[in-house]
Amino acid sequence: MQKATLGRVYVWEIPVRFYHWLNALSLVVLCVTGYLIGAPLAIQQASEASFAYWFGKVRFIHFVFAYIFFFNFLFRIYWGFVGNRYANWKNFIPYRKKQWKEIKQVIAVDVLQRDNTPIETIGHNAVAGFTYFMTFLAFLFQCVTGFGLYAAMSTAWFPKLFAWIVPLMGGDFAVRQWHHAFMWFFILFALVHVYIVFYHDYVEGRGEISSMGSGWKFIEKEYHPTLKDEKSSAQKPAG
Amino acid sequence: MSTQPRPTIWEHAQTKGVSRREFLTACAWMTAMLGLPASAVAQVTKALETQPRIPVLWFHFQECTCCSESFIRSSHPGIADIVLDKISLDYTETLMAASGKQAEEALHDTMTKYKGKYLMVVEGSVPTADGGVYCCIGGRTALDIVQEAAAGAKAMICWGSCASNGCVQAAKPNPTKATPIHELISGVPIIKVPGCPPIAEVMTGTIVHLLAFDRIPQLDGLGRPKAFYSRRVHDTCYRRPNYDAGLFVNSFDDENAKRGYCLYKMGCRGPVTYNACGVMRWNGGVSFPIQSGHGCIGCSEGNFWDNGPFYRHLPNFPGFGIETTADKVGVGLGAATVVGIAAHAISTNIRKRHLIKEELASSEDVKDGRAEQGGS
Ligand code: HEM
Repeated sequence: MQKATLGRVYVWEIPVRFYHWLNALSLVVLCVTGYLIGAPLAIQQASEASFAYWFGKVRFIHFVFAYIFFFNFLFRIYWGFVGNRYANWKNFIPYRKKQWKEIKQVIAVDVLQRDNTPIETIGHNAVAGFTYFMTFLAFLFQCVTGFGLYAAMSTAWFPKLFAWIVPLMGGDFAVRQWHHAFMWFFILFALVHVYIVFYHDYVEGRGEISSMGSGWKFIEKEYHPTLKDEKSSAQKPAG
Repeated sequence: MSTQPRPTIWEHAQTKGVSRREFLTACAWMTAMLGLPASAVAQVTKALETQPRIPVLWFHFQECTCCSESFIRSSHPGIADIVLDKISLDYTETLMAASGKQAEEALHDTMTKYKGKYLMVVEGSVPTADGGVYCCIGGRTALDIVQEAAAGAKAMICWGSCASNGCVQAAKPNPTKATPIHELISGVPIIKVPGCPPIAEVMTGTIVHLLAFDRIPQLDGLGRPKAFYSRRVHDTCYRRPNYDAGLFVNSFDDENAKRGYCLYKMGCRGPVTYNACGVMRWNGGVSFPIQSGHGCIGCSEGNFWDNGPFYRHLPNFPGFGIETTADKVGVGLGAATVVGIAAHAISTNIRKRHLIKEELASSEDVKDGRAEQGGS
């Protein structure tokens, strides 16, 4: 039986963690307000219109978080070029043979569960990285369609940069429909994402859940001979 | 005859017994319709005094003539008359006196004599399936006619949704392959004036612009005159404050409907439809659908027939049959995902039990104090 000798690895830097939680918050707010925009509450016989503005407020919150979401996303792309190796853009696009090999491995180990060989990656494994790449594309789609719709209701110059999507998709109706449908992508993603984080922590005990709070993961030394290269501190008490 | 210059609009008006006063009144109307300030009246007057009447060829293909009907009911005192008078309508199947051979001759004459100078107006889409046999005039297919006429046209106006985006006959499954004109013709400036039908004043306004300035009006990304199509019906809707306040009609017979709340939840397409209904209204400014208690069906937007049902905010999701919105598909997928997650969690506890046991065993070492430092 192996004795688990774990080494701490600082995986998620502060900007990555900040991005992650701001992104999570914006997505929740955008999904909730977006859903309300699509299916407003049924209020029977309220007062006169001049006394209320709740729907306007819901839309306002959607637009404010749309900007936060977009610029946070841009920031994350920037960090993919200057951040540490776990944040690097190369993790997200499977363009190397090694990544494809790992994708097969992850499917065998974690999805089909045919195999118990540990996956060696410390940051995102190849499947996770590729999935996040897909969500980035979905972010982009949601931002382009969202700001494209917003261009018609805003006088600001920024949304106008996205107005081209409307003629491309054949009109506001189609843009809106797809903008609405893509909300479900984020909801499904969140369900699976949260489950998988729990799954990894449960099965591997590497501190997956807390890593997005503290930045640290706990990695078995024998699987990672390169660990000494990392800024690790295996001997520190876990507190 | 062909060498004689065409009379200007003012000259022509005089032969019809129009007085100077009447002419100036008409010029002022037109200026107002273009949305120009009073200071531009002189410019419009000058243009109509010096511009020769534009020869116009007005074609009818796959359509119901509601565009023509709308046009001749233009509300401002006889404004359509004036416009019809100002242009020289050399060919139009529904309004011309000539028929048969004479009509075809008139068409041919104008196309050769005024090559590159005439205005082409198209009402209706063009079927392209089976060699275009589904719409033939004078023994020729609409496709053939449109291509020939467009080759010598100075500019083209696509009247209504049929010519601009295909309208009902282009709805799925589109058996005749009804095609909007801009997909068939290139090289001629095309102005789209969608709507089923377009508002009469929008139609006359577009023509007046061409008459007065001899130039294409400013167009938006989809080729529609910005003067009339730059705002959504929603933006100029008098019920808009109810939308912002979250006051919606929930069914057509509820108290909210009587109070005139917003029809958004009844499927109103105002928020996604670009048109001037909220400002110009219909039948001389009497009303427009929303004012009459019915949501906008988005008749000036492409695919509006396929974006149904009209009484629901979300359309049917493509590929999922009747009565399935994106939300229903989403909830279904969400449920499937949760089931998948549960199955995976159970499987994890079975297939990974040895692994987890090992981990627990190695953790006991720590409890035994054999590890260097214990976690708490
Ligand atoms: C990824 C997160 C987002 C989600 C889940 C989301 C979701 C939604 C949903 C469900 C709707 C209602 C559509 C309908 O049924 O009519 C909506 C509307 C809208 N969203 Fe988003 N959205 C997101 C991001 C954005 C962004 C980045 C923008 C950019 C400005 C944006 C702008 C809009 C606009 C303009 C509307 C229409 C609002 C109206 O007409 O009142 N959204 N959104």
